[in-house]
Amino acid sequence: MDGEEYHMIRNVYTRLIFILVILGLGLWVDLNDSLVIYNPFNDTRILDRDVTTRLGLDLRGGLQVLLEADLPEDVAVDSDSMETARTIMENRTNALGVSENVLQIAGERRIVGEFPGLDNTDEVLGTIQQTGLLEFVDTGDISMPPEATIQTDFATGGEAEAPVTEGGGDVPTVYHTVMTGKDLRQVAVTQDQLGQYVVQFELTPEGADIFAAHTAANVGKYLTIVLDKQVVSSPVINSAIPDGSGIIQGNFTPETANALAVQLRYGSLPVPLKVVETRIIGPTLGEDSLNRSLIAGLVGLTIVILFMGIYYRLPGITADISIMLFAVILLAVFKLIGVTLTLPGIAGIMLSTGSALDANILVFERLKEELRSGKTLKQSFDQAWSRAWPSIRDSNIAALITAGILYWFGSTFGATIVKGFSLTLALGIGISLFSSLYITRTLLALALDWFKPTNHERWFGI
Amino acid sequence: MNILGKRYLFFGLSLIIIIPGLIILFTGGLPLSIDFTGGSLLEVSFTGASPEPAEIIALYEGENIKDVQVQTSETGSYIIRSEFLDNDVRDVVLTSMTENIGEPTVVRFDSVGPSIGEQVTSRGAQAIGLAAVLVVLFIAWSFRGVQNAFRYGISAILAMLHDVAIIFSVTAFGGLLFGWEIDSLFLTALLTVIGFSMQDSIVVFDRIRENANIYRRLEYETLVNHSIIQTLQRSINTQLMTVEFLLLALAMFGGVTLQEFAVVLLVGLMSGTYSSIFVAAPILVVWENKEWKTWFRRGEATT
Repeated sequence: MDGEEYHMIRNVYTRLIFILVILGLGLWVDLNDSLVIYNPFNDTRILDRDVTTRLGLDLRGGLQVLLEADLPEDVAVDSDSMETARTIMENRTNALGVSENVLQIAGERRIVGEFPGLDNTDEVLGTIQQTGLLEFVDTGDISMPPEATIQTDFATGGEAEAPVTEGGGDVPTVYHTVMTGKDLRQVAVTQDQLGQYVVQFELTPEGADIFAAHTAANVGKYLTIVLDKQVVSSPVINSAIPDGSGIIQGNFTPETANALAVQLRYGSLPVPLKVVETRIIGPTLGEDSLNRSLIAGLVGLTIVILFMGIYYRLPGITADISIMLFAVILLAVFKLIGVTLTLPGIAGIMLSTGSALDANILVFERLKEELRSGKTLKQSFDQAWSRAWPSIRDSNIAALITAGILYWFGSTFGATIVKGFSLTLALGIGISLFSSLYITRTLLALALDWFKPTNHERWFGI
Repeated sequence: MNILGKRYLFFGLSLIIIIPGLIILFTGGLPLSIDFTGGSLLEVSFTGASPEPAEIIALYEGENIKDVQVQTSETGSYIIRSEFLDNDVRDVVLTSMTENIGEPTVVRFDSVGPSIGEQVTSRGAQAIGLAAVLVVLFIAWSFRGVQNAFRYGISAILAMLHDVAIIFSVTAFGGLLFGWEIDSLFLTALLTVIGFSMQDSIVVFDRIRENANIYRRLEYETLVNHSIIQTLQRSINTQLMTVEFLLLALAMFGGVTLQEFAVVLLVGLMSGTYSSIFVAAPILVVWENKEWKTWFRRGEATT
């Protein structure tokens, strides 16, 4: 017998080796939290990559906020400002020691922030919402009490205007802003002689000039430091400060001093933002959902595997192996790309697992049909795949079109639920095609070569 | 087996399920969650205290918060729905709870601004509409070898709409009986069903496409019926695998939030398979025979 006729498909062992390599790589990614390869000659790291499984907020608890540019609908928001605002907020929240936070721009005027596993949501929300506009305000002879709200003549985006002071009667006084936080060069938290926490700052050369001129002309007057229109402290100018450095005093604890320093260091937001959506998922609810869906997944998969084996016999068992490989590869791809797993994401996985099974079932039903019509095993084997292919192709393309549209919708709208679903669905469909068309086919060909079944009833369940 | 011969029976069966649900929806309105209407949902549990819902409502109203509804969950926590709360007001509420009731533990807090909910709904509908149009075009292109390729796309979409209607109908009953709501998880279930429904219809259509080239002289109705029978085993088995086994597990072992999701999916995916056989393919035949001409004649004859 020549080789060509003997094997169901050509190069079956090459294909098997390829599958084993993929399986090995998949398991390597699945079983480790980080991938490290050392160079054997000099012990340096050639590869060092973090591949921890990322769980979404709904599975581990945390805070999600949707922020929107607080400007009228018809005012266009340019994408650079949004990107800057996003970076600033990311820096601020990172500085609070919150790990794994994600801030993403969604569409033209929204930013989604996700902070998993968070204990103190208020701190993060507070930090995000502050615009962080620091002003040095000339309050003349008046010392302002801390936390008082005052009005200044500094308009966002505009230059400081001429002082408009001493409005009479009930009209609130508008004070003159000498300079703003954008003139700050460096900010640090230190302790003064008395052991009080203070925020020390250094100004840019331009800032130093303004500061020197103002302090020289206003000795004995109050220069009030205002953050987001709220008084932080109201020191008196003792003497001219020519070198452009100074300290901000207030009743600071180490935390509040640090928070202020963070605000100042990362500057003010170029776009005012407001919180339009908040979601807090408690850690117990998240953990519960995760455990329950894991149990459900395992139970479901076990039944499916048993059913496939019993109903389709030999092909069914090869399909079972290929479904397990599908799971191994899918998880590895998720970890490599950094897909965040959410409940809708799990629905996407289920749908693509269904797709993978469906492709196998389509082929096996076809195989039985061809065998029943009296074709040889080899003919039936070839026909099964080639005839089932158009329906597998078309149905999966239709699903991919839907997934694509939904992904676009989810990412422009900050609808993370829809985005998570469509991403896992699309990836799952891609891998399911590889699993059903390549892996099952190779394994079944190999099994048929080995067992050379003649009793179709026993081996194929016809 | 002659499935197509009883096609009007199957159409009727679908309508029996769809119409009552839609009546509930149109009379009672959609049970939309705050994801779509805007508002706040706060789920808290108290250690060592079990206040009456009225106490919580009074507490909220004391802070001038409107539209307050309190539900208790089976785990003993309180699900409180109200108008949109910002984070400051939430803090005030939690502080007030600590003072008057007991230390609350926040299980979940969702707060959605009214405009966001509205936009998500309309854009979501647009996205699904766009996806549907693209799928019709794709199917029409893919079936370009057979006559009236466009019909296949349209029929697949009609079958999909049938499944969507079934889901809404079942959710309406669920809303009436168990307080189910249409939330973003429901949206996910809907998307899954839409995806599967298309897949099922395409598999049946693919067989019609293949058979149309083999049996050129066969009458269309017989051809479609034959194709349905040929794919029946696959439809049933895929259905068993994906729907029954995976989802029943989720419905049985999943948490409360997941159960509603699992049941909606279960019904939707079953409907997806059902509609590919009993709705999508029969519509092709109805269209081929232009049967609507006789609908009215039959109507006239009986009156």
